[in-house]
Amino acid sequence: MSAPPPIPASARRAESPHPSSPAPVAGRRRARDTGRPGVLWAVPGLLFFGLFAAAPMVLVAWLSFTSWDGLSAPAWSGTENWSRLWSDPAMHRALRLSLLLTLLSWAFQTPVALLLGVWSAGHQRSRAVLSAVFFLPLLASSVALALVWRSILDPNFGLAADVARWLELGDANVLGSQRGALLAVAFVAAWQFIPFHALLYQGGARQIPRSLYDAASIDGAGTVRQFFAVTLPQLRNTAVTSSVLMVVGSLTYFETVLILTGGGPGSATTIVPYLMYETGFRAFDLGYASAVATSLVVVATGVSLLMVRLTGFGRMRSTREGM
Amino acid sequence: MKTVPPATAPPPSRHRPLWRRANIPAGAGAALWLAIVLIPLYILVSATLRTREDYLERGALALPTAPSVESYRRVLAGDFLTYLFNTVVVTAACAALVVVLAVTVAYSVVRTRNAASRRVFQLFLLGLAIPSQAVIIPVYLIITELNFYDTLAAVILPTAAFALPVGVLILVGTMRDIDEETYESMALDGAGPLRTLLNLTVPMSRAGIATVGVFSALQAWNGFLFPFLLTQSRDTRVLTLGLYDYVGEFRVDVPALLAAVVLSVVPIFAAYLLARRQLVNGLMGVGGR
Repeated sequence: MSAPPPIPASARRAESPHPSSPAPVAGRRRARDTGRPGVLWAVPGLLFFGLFAAAPMVLVAWLSFTSWDGLSAPAWSGTENWSRLWSDPAMHRALRLSLLLTLLSWAFQTPVALLLGVWSAGHQRSRAVLSAVFFLPLLASSVALALVWRSILDPNFGLAADVARWLELGDANVLGSQRGALLAVAFVAAWQFIPFHALLYQGGARQIPRSLYDAASIDGAGTVRQFFAVTLPQLRNTAVTSSVLMVVGSLTYFETVLILTGGGPGSATTIVPYLMYETGFRAFDLGYASAVATSLVVVATGVSLLMVRLTGFGRMRSTREGM
Repeated sequence: MKTVPPATAPPPSRHRPLWRRANIPAGAGAALWLAIVLIPLYILVSATLRTREDYLERGALALPTAPSVESYRRVLAGDFLTYLFNTVVVTAACAALVVVLAVTVAYSVVRTRNAASRRVFQLFLLGLAIPSQAVIIPVYLIITELNFYDTLAAVILPTAAFALPVGVLILVGTMRDIDEETYESMALDGAGPLRTLLNLTVPMSRAGIATVGVFSALQAWNGFLFPFLLTQSRDTRVLTLGLYDYVGEFRVDVPALLAAVVLSVVPIFAAYLLARRQLVNGLMGVGGR
């Protein structure tokens, strides 16, 4: 697995901008510099990225101060959208639901992904084969998976109907109840994203030095003890990475909600991105929707910074200290 | 990861590390998860081989006793092939754009050592954190201003832009591993930046380039938000959007709906069988957005 390198490599470069040989031979010096591309080589990529990703980041903040219906030009409206946002019960509810969904997703996905990842890090043949199956959901789009689950959860013709009959539950309409719909979204998203996080944990677990397990087993630790004393602490950094991605990911579930519940019943699953979609592209109140979108960025960034700070990940302590 | 030589091995064999012997609770947990993964996949495939009436009558789990490909035929009789074609175009264009741009950006970042190139890299690192939904409204504005609304370009351009940061990050990592000496000998031969890139850097970073290509292709193949909000007519519809549309079109024809789902994922499953390593690397390109 070619893990992308972390930032420090660039920081290292920063300390020695130029080779510090005091009097480089002229020929060598020329050899070093001919054949080097200039920063101009980055310009096409930069322009492209700037136009479709970076500039929109700035634009969305500007649009949140305008009133715009998508047809005429956006008109400056000052802080109107923001004061409306501040006191909008729909927004409060969406924010609460988003945070609740994020919490549910984290609480469900982390333990399962951790166990699956550690399990699949083993080198047995059977584990390799089963892991290949486990990771299948990763390949399909959110739309495809949401459609499969929509069919399964269909109260009349889906598996849900059969299960309700076997268990003699009166009602199979999971998606029709407020709590059921939110749980269903959380479950389907977990089913889809657990393999990704399991892969992260698998990579982390495979990097734990074997000697730690040998030492633990000399000390008489059994499998379970080894898991808690060696595996878990060693996976700390992986857990933070996975959690941050999970939190930012679950703040932005959209397809699953759109297809599974359409934000309903009522507004029981209208999470922030869905509210933005409804306001912007259904009600064509794009200025207000921009304010919703901006607040989504603020919340997502805030939550992930907070997590990084709280877990001390910012200090990037190595789990291999003293080895 | 080799077996410990007998001299240092712990004498009692019950203290072997976790992956050495069967672990029953772990096995049971894995079996449970296997069921959770396989039952939906079973329903997905088996339903498509049954008729609509059979599915409605005998429920989701029943075996396809008289398999028929009727539902596939129904899907293929519609606009499915148009959607597939559009998706193929979008995927190929995205992968090509991202690979070319990420290679040039990463090459410049790795080989130009000055403040400007470090800034460029930092900007792309920041770009990793931008969620596409947060900027969809301004992207919509830009796309309509450029008169690209409802064209395949409207899907390709933003999708590629959002895959670019990950591509740059992966390729900067790969290209840093190429030795300075090799570059110097190229330079002594009088090679300019373009020749160095094509004859040295690109061949040496094939693995990274493959990963970037697969990552961006997957993003494009599975992407929904951009096509959903930036195109509207049938001629520009991509597969994911087509699937979403089938919900209305097929209503209770679950076998046909699921047949469309199967057809849309078959190419990726085939790629998974052929090139699992590259695909997994591509998937893990960072971020589960």
